[in-house]
Amino acid sequence: MAMLKDVVQKVRSKNAGPFWLTVDIFCGSSDAFQIVTNGLSGDRVAQVFGADPADINTYHIPSLNVVKFSLPRPTIQGSPEDRDMHGASWAALLSEVELNG
Amino acid sequence: MLQTKPVRVLIPSGALGLNYDPVALQRGLDAGPDIIAIDGGSTDSGPAYLGRGVSKYSRSSTRLEWKGLMEAREAAGVPLVIGTAGTCGTDSTVDWMLEITREIADELGQSPRIAVLRSSQDPAMITRKLNAGEISPLPHAPRIDAGTIDSCTNIVALAGAEQIAAALETGADIVIAGRTTDTAIIAALPLMRKCHAGAAWHGAKIGECGALCASNPQSGVILVDFDSDGFTVTPLADGAHATPHTVSAHMLYENSNPFILYEPGGHLDVTGARYDALDERRVRVTGSEWMPSDTYTVKLEGARLAGYQTVMMALLRDAHYVENAERWAEDILAKCRAKVMDRMGLGAYDFRIELRLIGQSASFGALENRVATPVEIGVLGIVTAETPELSNEIGKMLNPYLLHHPLTQEEEVPTFAFPFSPAEVDRGAIYSFCLNHVMRIDDPMEAFTLEVLDHGDA
Repeated sequence: MAMLKDVVQKVRSKNAGPFWLTVDIFCGSSDAFQIVTNGLSGDRVAQVFGADPADINTYHIPSLNVVKFSLPRPTIQGSPEDRDMHGASWAALLSEVELNG
Repeated sequence: MLQTKPVRVLIPSGALGLNYDPVALQRGLDAGPDIIAIDGGSTDSGPAYLGRGVSKYSRSSTRLEWKGLMEAREAAGVPLVIGTAGTCGTDSTVDWMLEITREIADELGQSPRIAVLRSSQDPAMITRKLNAGEISPLPHAPRIDAGTIDSCTNIVALAGAEQIAAALETGADIVIAGRTTDTAIIAALPLMRKCHAGAAWHGAKIGECGALCASNPQSGVILVDFDSDGFTVTPLADGAHATPHTVSAHMLYENSNPFILYEPGGHLDVTGARYDALDERRVRVTGSEWMPSDTYTVKLEGARLAGYQTVMMALLRDAHYVENAERWAEDILAKCRAKVMDRMGLGAYDFRIELRLIGQSASFGALENRVATPVEIGVLGIVTAETPELSNEIGKMLNPYLLHHPLTQEEEVPTFAFPFSPAEVDRGAIYSFCLNHVMRIDDPMEAFTLEVLDHGDA
């Protein structure tokens, strides 16, 4: 099984406001886009981030070969529990997930 | 029906304080813009700036970059607008920006008309709105009540295009706006001149980060041209290109839904947008739609005091301790917490001590799934309590553990590295974002104030 980072061009995570996190997976080709679409579910993303699967919003954007996941921030930005003000390091955690298939 | 007048917006960079390319800016001025618009902030740097009502960028950088833009404005003879002045857009940072503007105007011998739009909210008014049921939560907003509003040190409302338009209609040369949506300062003039509304908001969203929507994203300066059908993006730095891919991909950026963007008075839907390359550098976008809403709402942001912190840092380099760092940290936490409760009479929920192991799990804590033995581990101790005295006192109680705590009673007492003295660093007040809500208002200016100052007139 391949890790996400070995299949795609780039994984980026950012705050979408203080309460939401958004992760953009730039697959780089339609083949990689298919692999990610089939191999990485919202449930799996929820598991990696310790989130509720019902809260994961998934967008497949074939024109850009992008798969995007948005979810409530695992910790509210800047709260005492928060470890990353800008939410950018979460991409590293997801990029090491093993894809199905 | 009023005729559309095309509008050319010059955007120097994604934020004042991030610098811009002066050669590219001059290219933009030579192209004859109708307005120069730049953003001054966002929530992205955390709640302390809003909590304190201060800028995250240095005054020197802000002043230098703003001076360049004030000179550009004078040369071009068009309005210069800054939104979310001073990172958080409170009245205090608007005043800070106004003071800088007046200093520069005196220095340059300019006498601009300055429109000042203020976005800070009176807590009593917000409480009335809350009680009247005119404040609604956005998805995953924290629960709030009158006490929450009361505990905020600052609350701002995000102005939209209507309030910026009101400021521009005063004939202002310079508009200093408090908190606005990132897009409002760019969309306002195209909307005033009856350009395509979907294009006005979509082009504003694409342009709000400057050249981030193009190749060579650090280059900053871009032009966005608006008309009756769509908009065109032109990056201005040498070697910067906008392509249908870079432009359309920018809708993903810091946006939870890549097709929809909510603004005061409606939302933008880009599902049907078409992105066409005009040449190697420019992209034309059409087909975006603006959907007006029945009610006019503005988003609220608020930060409240969340306690006081004292932090410490120790370094583990002894291989035995590096290997067993997690067990060592857990033992310290249990013993130190018990000591704090015993000696200071605090309850278990009156304070918080955390040890983050840098090199092992500081980024993700329990969610980390990689295991490796590093050369060394940085131990970041974070103490949070209700007063600065308590957090400092608990920090001092944590000190001997971070310096000398042995893994077992049998071994010789170890000594770890403290990189500085005093070992404890008081961070002062910390803040939390506590509003993710929208407020219904009857008139766009209801929650905002507009003041016009003719600088240089006695």
